[in-house]
Amino acid sequence: MDHMGSEDFQVIDNCLMIRLPEEIDHHQAGFISETADRHLLRKEVCHVVFDFENTRFMDSSGIGIIMGRYRKISCFGGKVYAIHADRQIQRILKVSGLNKIVEVLES
Amino acid sequence: MRNEMEIIFDAVSDNESFARVAVAAFVSHLNPTLEELADIKTAVSEAVTNSIIHGYENLYGYGRTDGGQQEQRNVPTGKVQIRCVLEKDLLHIFVTDRGKGMEDVEKAMEPLFTTKPELERSGMGFAFMEAFMDDLEVISTPGQGTEVRMSKRLGVEEQIGSEA
Repeated sequence: MDHMGSEDFQVIDNCLMIRLPEEIDHHQAGFISETADRHLLRKEVCHVVFDFENTRFMDSSGIGIIMGRYRKISCFGGKVYAIHADRQIQRILKVSGLNKIVEVLES
Repeated sequence: MRNEMEIIFDAVSDNESFARVAVAAFVSHLNPTLEELADIKTAVSEAVTNSIIHGYENLYGYGRTDGGQQEQRNVPTGKVQIRCVLEKDLLHIFVTDRGKGMEDVEKAMEPLFTTKPELERSGMGFAFMEAFMDDLEVISTPGQGTEVRMSKRLGVEEQIGSEA
């Protein structure tokens, strides 16, 4: 399985872009959340963009990651976006109700 | 046709992907749709993750990382068992652990309920199992462990498609 590195977290303007791994489960969730939070603290980041381009699998651990980041930035008016989500990822977002707080951008 | 398989593995998060891929591979000769495979993998992943972090409370791998370099530690762990029974196109999955079990299964199954909010567990695990499988049953005894029984009929869409 692929592992994420710091190059998967980029700040562009006021957005934190997170390129997610091929599989998102509890095993990698800690690293993603912690690294994202370090960026959220250090930089002038308002919004978070989750890029699902490489992602083929996600379970409820991914929901936890997204919900956690949403809680941290929404009180400052930040938004959470999901891009390149395939049908399966979109289903997961829908079943969990996350599509109500995450803006899923069609590409 | 009846077919059965059983795997037992250490309750560590590294094995979550192995577990779901193993179950997916077991049913692959039925030519399941991508969606069915994804459903099964998600449900297995949820059940196995529950066993690891709730049953055995093995939190290694979660929120204990150091810049992505997870140090190798020897954590004494329990085992998770997965048994799959295939009866024609009906797949039964049993995920069993001998962990701490649950006092109140109904409460645990409520969407968004989690005993580990500090770990950002979303509380959606059982809801996902319910949504992605046809049938879900959870049997748990405090101090003895938990068994999750799930089943799903495969190839339903495909049959409709080929008859048309």
